[in-house]
Amino acid sequence: MKILKKVFFSIIILLIFSNNSWAKSASEFISTLTNEASIILSSKLSDDEKIIRLKEIGEKSVDIVGVGFYTLGKHRKNLTDSQKEQYKELFRNYFLKSFSGRLVGYTDAKITVLSEEIKNEKYTIVYSKLIGTSDRPEVKIDWRVYTKDPENPLIRDLVIEGLSLARTQKEEFNSIIVNNDNDIEALFQNLNKFLDN
Amino acid sequence: MKRIIATLLAMFLIQLIVVNKTYSNEDKVKDCFEKLNRATFALNMGLDKVIFKPISKGYRKLPSPIRNGTSNALSNLSNLITIPNNILQGDFGSAANNSARLIINTTIGIAGIFDPANSFGFEKREKEDFGQSLGVMGVGEGCYLVLPVLGPSTVRDTLGSLVAMNGGDVWHNITVRDDEEYVKEFKESDYWVSRVTSGVDFRAKNLEAFDAMEKNSVDLYATVRSLYLQDRERKIKNSRNKTEAMDDGDWDTLENQ
Repeated sequence: MKILKKVFFSIIILLIFSNNSWAKSASEFISTLTNEASIILSSKLSDDEKIIRLKEIGEKSVDIVGVGFYTLGKHRKNLTDSQKEQYKELFRNYFLKSFSGRLVGYTDAKITVLSEEIKNEKYTIVYSKLIGTSDRPEVKIDWRVYTKDPENPLIRDLVIEGLSLARTQKEEFNSIIVNNDNDIEALFQNLNKFLDN
Repeated sequence: MKRIIATLLAMFLIQLIVVNKTYSNEDKVKDCFEKLNRATFALNMGLDKVIFKPISKGYRKLPSPIRNGTSNALSNLSNLITIPNNILQGDFGSAANNSARLIINTTIGIAGIFDPANSFGFEKREKEDFGQSLGVMGVGEGCYLVLPVLGPSTVRDTLGSLVAMNGGDVWHNITVRDDEEYVKEFKESDYWVSRVTSGVDFRAKNLEAFDAMEKNSVDLYATVRSLYLQDRERKIKNSRNKTEAMDDGDWDTLENQ
């Protein structure tokens, strides 16, 4: 009976520690990432150089393929294998351009990680805030971190003041596809146009 | 005559909500007038470029204490709509908190320019309006609308605005409707100045965010629609706990494919 108790408590302790290590890594992951981005944004680098550095951050920290297929929503099951490959490449380039383009204007971005919540073994939500300035109010930013591989956490969504960027992107893409008779090629054309600008 | 038009418009909007609810099994808000909405959106974007954005940029150049004071005063004024809606939604705690804020900030805070109520423990809470109250009562959004100058809305939110403009908003009553029983000092222009300033204040706080959104969207209209509808959904649910708004459902479908 005592052995059973010991085994039981060992398992509990193991679970607590393993959960903490995941939670810590998600928080630390976001904290490290935002510090890195903040240093780049406040540096004296040119905008073009900043964009290159921000793209590197985006590439290593965001699950671009996962986000890409999520944003296709119900349309992803209609894609042929070659369209999937084409979309992956297009979305990757679109995402990195859009991601770096959105951030490069913020030269004084300082983000503080507040807390985190482990939703399940796949997702941890990290809560943070963008510190307000005299020109801009404080902004709450929640990060959906994909922790299926705890050694390599990846961002899947940013929820800014309750507004999900992934969901917004999904609805934007859906609008383009639906308004073009459910033709996925219309989305590809729009993405190419965006990349050419 | 104005009341008859407002009543007829309200009835039309209610019908639109009912029709939308009856014929739609989807939770998603329908964009029934998308072509018209897109045209109105283009008009609004033009107005923003020529009028609101330059004014907001100028406003941003004002010293920060002036902007903060203006923002505080406008926020204080919005309590006049928030408090009755707190009550309509059964949130009596927030109604009491916001009433205390309104009294303290209007008096000690000099017409709401300063926010001493916060120091007394009455923290700022989310704004509420009649559209949100209708949502809490279970009224569906109806179709998505883009109103000239005013921007994104839904049939339900437009109905909420009509309620506000027909007796529901004390500030509107004492300025535009000349309800002089208690207060005589205000003119109609005060109401419109406060509305325009409120818009400029909001726009000025979001200059960079709007620019980034405009530059990086492949369909800006759809982006704004999505953001507006998400924001309203969150406000109606009063989901302060963000995980409520971060349902795993859609992501799980991705996992399973």
